[in-house]
Amino acid sequence: MEVRVQNIRKEFGRFPALEDVSLDIRSGELIALLGPSGSGKTTLLRLVAGLESPTEGMIFFGEQDASRKSVQERNIGFVFQHYALFRHMTVLDNVSFGLKVRPSNRRPPAAEIRRRALDLIDLVQLSGLEKRYPGQLSGGQRQRVALARAMAVEPNVLLLDEPFGALDAQVRKELRKWLREIHDRTGHTTIFVTHDQEEALELADRVVVMSKGAIEQVGTPDEIYDHPVSPFVYGFIGQSNCLNVTLANGEIWFEDRPIGLRAANEPDGTATLYFRPHDIELIDGCGGCLAGLVTASRRVAGTRHLELDLGRAHPSVEIELPPERATSTDHTRVAFRPTKWKLFRKEEKRGAAQQRVETPAAELARTGT
Amino acid sequence: MASRSSTRWRFRQPSVIPGFGLALGVTLAWLTLIVLIPISGLIWRSSGLGWSKFIELTLDPRTVNALTISFGTAFIAAVVNLFFGVILAWALVRYRFPGKRVIDAMVDLPFALPTAVAGIALTALYAPNGWIGSLLEPLGIKIAFTPAGIVVALIFVGLPFVVRTVQPIMEEIDKEVEEAAATLGANRFQTISRVLLPGLLPAGLTGFALAFARGVGEYGSVIFIAGNLPYVSEIAPLLIIIRLEEFNYAAATAIASVMLLLSFFMLLVINMIQAWSRGRYGYGS
Ligand SMILES: Nc1ncnc2c1ncn2[C@@H]1O[C@H](COP(=O)(O)OP(=O)(O)O)[C@@H](O)[C@H]1O
Ligand SMILES: [Mg+2]
Repeated sequence: MEVRVQNIRKEFGRFPALEDVSLDIRSGELIALLGPSGSGKTTLLRLVAGLESPTEGMIFFGEQDASRKSVQERNIGFVFQHYALFRHMTVLDNVSFGLKVRPSNRRPPAAEIRRRALDLIDLVQLSGLEKRYPGQLSGGQRQRVALARAMAVEPNVLLLDEPFGALDAQVRKELRKWLREIHDRTGHTTIFVTHDQEEALELADRVVVMSKGAIEQVGTPDEIYDHPVSPFVYGFIGQSNCLNVTLANGEIWFEDRPIGLRAANEPDGTATLYFRPHDIELIDGCGGCLAGLVTASRRVAGTRHLELDLGRAHPSVEIELPPERATSTDHTRVAFRPTKWKLFRKEEKRGAAQQRVETPAAELARTGT
Repeated sequence: MASRSSTRWRFRQPSVIPGFGLALGVTLAWLTLIVLIPISGLIWRSSGLGWSKFIELTLDPRTVNALTISFGTAFIAAVVNLFFGVILAWALVRYRFPGKRVIDAMVDLPFALPTAVAGIALTALYAPNGWIGSLLEPLGIKIAFTPAGIVVALIFVGLPFVVRTVQPIMEEIDKEVEEAAATLGANRFQTISRVLLPGLLPAGLTGFALAFARGVGEYGSVIFIAGNLPYVSEIAPLLIIIRLEEFNYAAATAIASVMLLLSFFMLLVINMIQAWSRGRYGYGS
């Protein structure tokens, strides 16, 4: 079912946890809310669930205004970060709970409830454990019970708060893949919260990046990674470098010389240049480039990371090179130029930042809303 | 040591927690000194009676009545305490209201107050000319000097047991569990009856058992309010005292032994229910 969040504002006391958040979620979509801790992800999820009520704004499920509905009436499935299983009930009783508490006119017969619960337990690969109590299960298994329990009520939308947050890395990876499979098979509209960008980018159809109670960007993982619309997203997703630069006559200057990048139609003044460590080219004989001394060099899997010192007044910059190129630059001075980059003007407000990208995909430069 | 460790069953499981020998030693010595020796003295005395004499003494109608009254009123009082104690604990854990700290402290008063004082105060309140008694009198309800009075006194002394055992468990209840029930469509009543209360069962039973045991043995507060009419409102502990004053030690020991056996049996059953419900969802282990 479609979910539309319209101009939601939520205050706790006088503290605004969410400010004017709007979001359209398509039916059947798997969407991730991604942001640092305290950015309001859980609050947004709980508002959709009806566990909190908005200070202002509305939430629609399909065409229906859900804002006035109670949690029970919204028919959602919620998976809590710490599972919140009923520990005096077996796995089977946990999963069938949602069906058993229905009013008698909507409650399936007992045999049907049991069959559906067992089907779900099968779906989450816990067959044979239906008589266990939550205390007798591992973290990953509890997580799956929580998911089966939430899906048993055939929810309009499935909401998961940091579903893999409490699990170790190995189990996380497995469950991640498995959640994607379950989603593809069952087709529930699903919103999940995470602070792990890898998880969001790998799993979701679309990612909602949040910061300080506001949405920074909504887009597919590719859009988010390749075309961040704000300094925050650039910094939060993946690795990035930022340098203070100046603009003069459509040319970008770093300290006292141009670096060979053009930003036509940009007014003169200061700006911040963002680029990713792997979006660079090495240059021989610098006639317009960035150059610095190698201060550290690390081999990370298939690439070599070089840390460069561009002058004491600037933060050090990291670039990534194929190992064979890096060894050839064993001398300590490296000259390079970003191949994909973005400028943000400081004086403008967040979200309204003007950007230009000089990349093969220059026409996409202004897509991110 | 080699021969010990080769046996399959071992008295002591290997463990990193030190002091097992010391702890068990102190436990046994202490229990023996404080509990076992006095109680075995009692058993020893009553076994000296002979079986038929013992049966005859316990089946004496006045004794049977006193035991019935003691256990019956203690049971009713414990049930009432379980019910209201859980509600009281809930209010103390979940809500903020003015005077909460004071009420929280007041719950412990029955522990501290000399029971005779409590008995006299309750009698003054519930006597036909007392504040509450005079209100109930026109309705034809008599509390003081009837078994109902005994129940009132036992509710008073037993209340803190239930509140104080249930309260910490309630404080641990995860708010998310209730929210989970709500998202699954459970209304308030279903959440309480199916999710919250079953989780409180072990602690509730402990409180119930403690309040019940205390009620069976209670003497000080009851004798003032009970009226102490033989066959009507005479409790077993009082009858023991009466028999002692008559120098009828045989009857006193017989009553005491029966009380001991019944209490022990009931506490054992409650403990077993607890262990079972606890073991199920991994509190203990
Ligand atoms: N019940 C609450 N009362 C007061 N403040 C809250 C409450 N819930 C969340 N907040 C505040 O709202 C902000 C957003 O919280 P949350 O949505 O939990 O962030 P996230 O899930 O992204 O880490 C935080 O600053 C948090 O302190
Ligand atoms: Mg959170």
